[in-house]
Amino acid sequence: MRWINQRIGRGNSLLMGIAPILILIIVYLIFAADRHAINPADKILPLPGQMVDAMRALVIEPDPLSGRYLFWADTLASLQRLGLGLAISTLSALLVGLVLGILPPVRATFGMLVTGIAVIPPIALLPILFIAFGLGETAKVALIVIGIAPFMIRDIAGHVGSLPREQIVKAQTLGASTWQLILRVALPQAMPRLLQAVRLSLGPAWVFLISAEAIAADIGLGYRIFLVRRYLAMDVILPYVAWIALLAAVTDFLLVRSSHRLFGWAHGDRH
Amino acid sequence: MSTLLSLQDIWIEYGDKVVLERINLEIEEGSFVSIIGPSGAGKSSLLRLVLGQDTSSRGSITLDGVPLKPECEPDRGVVFQRYSVFPHMTVLGNTLFGLECAQAPITARLFGAKRRAAIAEAEEMLEAVGLGDHLHLYPAQMSGGMQQRLAIAQALIKRPRILLLDEPFGALDPGIRSDMHKLITRLWNDYSLTVIMVTHDIGEAFGLGTRVLTLDKWRHDPHAPQRFGATVVYDLALTRKTASAGEISTAKSIEHHPENNRSITIDRTNNN
Repeated sequence: MRWINQRIGRGNSLLMGIAPILILIIVYLIFAADRHAINPADKILPLPGQMVDAMRALVIEPDPLSGRYLFWADTLASLQRLGLGLAISTLSALLVGLVLGILPPVRATFGMLVTGIAVIPPIALLPILFIAFGLGETAKVALIVIGIAPFMIRDIAGHVGSLPREQIVKAQTLGASTWQLILRVALPQAMPRLLQAVRLSLGPAWVFLISAEAIAADIGLGYRIFLVRRYLAMDVILPYVAWIALLAAVTDFLLVRSSHRLFGWAHGDRH
Repeated sequence: MSTLLSLQDIWIEYGDKVVLERINLEIEEGSFVSIIGPSGAGKSSLLRLVLGQDTSSRGSITLDGVPLKPECEPDRGVVFQRYSVFPHMTVLGNTLFGLECAQAPITARLFGAKRRAAIAEAEEMLEAVGLGDHLHLYPAQMSGGMQQRLAIAQALIKRPRILLLDEPFGALDPGIRSDMHKLITRLWNDYSLTVIMVTHDIGEAFGLGTRVLTLDKWRHDPHAPQRFGATVVYDLALTRKTASAGEISTAKSIEHHPENNRSITIDRTNNN
């Protein structure tokens, strides 16, 4: 049987999905144990026990200086920035993308501007943001928004713009005004695409968040990683990276689930 | 019967490419006009013009004596070959949409008693096209024939003065197509519709229509093929059928369509 025709059952696909992850972990453990056999004080590839010890201080013991549980405070701060940035981007993508996609005069006026902004590397704007908004939360959220909103706007505008002409004409023959057409025809069909755009933007959003935190912050997951880098504290960095990966994966999963739940028609689901 | 739609000296030109030239047509209320012609003869352009999607470069169109606005309006319903229904609405939602647009300008949604009344009207319309049992399906869950039934119901609920069909059955398989022919003939009778249908199926054109228009170029410049546009070369009134004539054996005339082709198109055109 050809490879492309091989069907993988549910249980098997779970096993097969876990296998490479397990192998990576085992390979890591072998190398870590190897290094520790030569140098028990090795910091580059910490053993799981060392990671647990290091993380315990951050997760369940309050920081002696500030009295905060640093791991949770970092997580909360980062998720707040990320959530705010994503929310603003998503909302603006929906509003701007919709009108840009469906109203020819708006597209003619602002289409080039959005494209122009979208091609600027957002990190290059970071100094401007720090100068304009100071080193506080605003600049970090602004970086995320500037980083992902133009892409999302263009994606939604493109999707709405490519709705079949027949549908737009049909809606008008049913008496729809521009507003009704946006509200009942374009908006609902933009929604599943919007969730898709959020999913694709999650990765860049994290990149911009970590970058902003690395440069100017006093709390946050990215801040912590770059702080402990000075002490070669791989026993903190690795668990933090794994935690970020887990957060991103859970968000992605939730987005997929909610898209299927809310917009089943877009996925060809049976109702 | 009175004239419903009138086209006077219509030209459609794109730059120096002439698509249609000198179209003069009077379309009577209650008629079923089929438009046939080779590809690129401007059949769909003519339909889009009547629909308001395109504008003519010369000439005027009047509907009930009033010049047409170059915009789609609810007095002209349309069914396209594809993409005529909204994929994110159920069958009922698709049919309600026209009523909601008219009655709720801001929210485009109805509530309470108004909604119940609209649903009753929509259900009646869906019953008429044979979708009474499928109110809550989404278009993606339906066959092509069912989607076209829905598209027709959606258009008819607005009680358009003219129903425009752009190769509505072109993508359906033959069995379904003949069912759809019966359906459209019945609806045309029951609702006293005026229909303009573009088709590439000659049997369908003669089987359903009370009048068949053939668009084609009658002048041809081999060095500049775009120089001359198509116009109405044959205008055949099929007088044996009228909206009030009742039962029409559509299926029968479709079945005999090779013979139809020969006896009607070729003979009559030669005589003309």
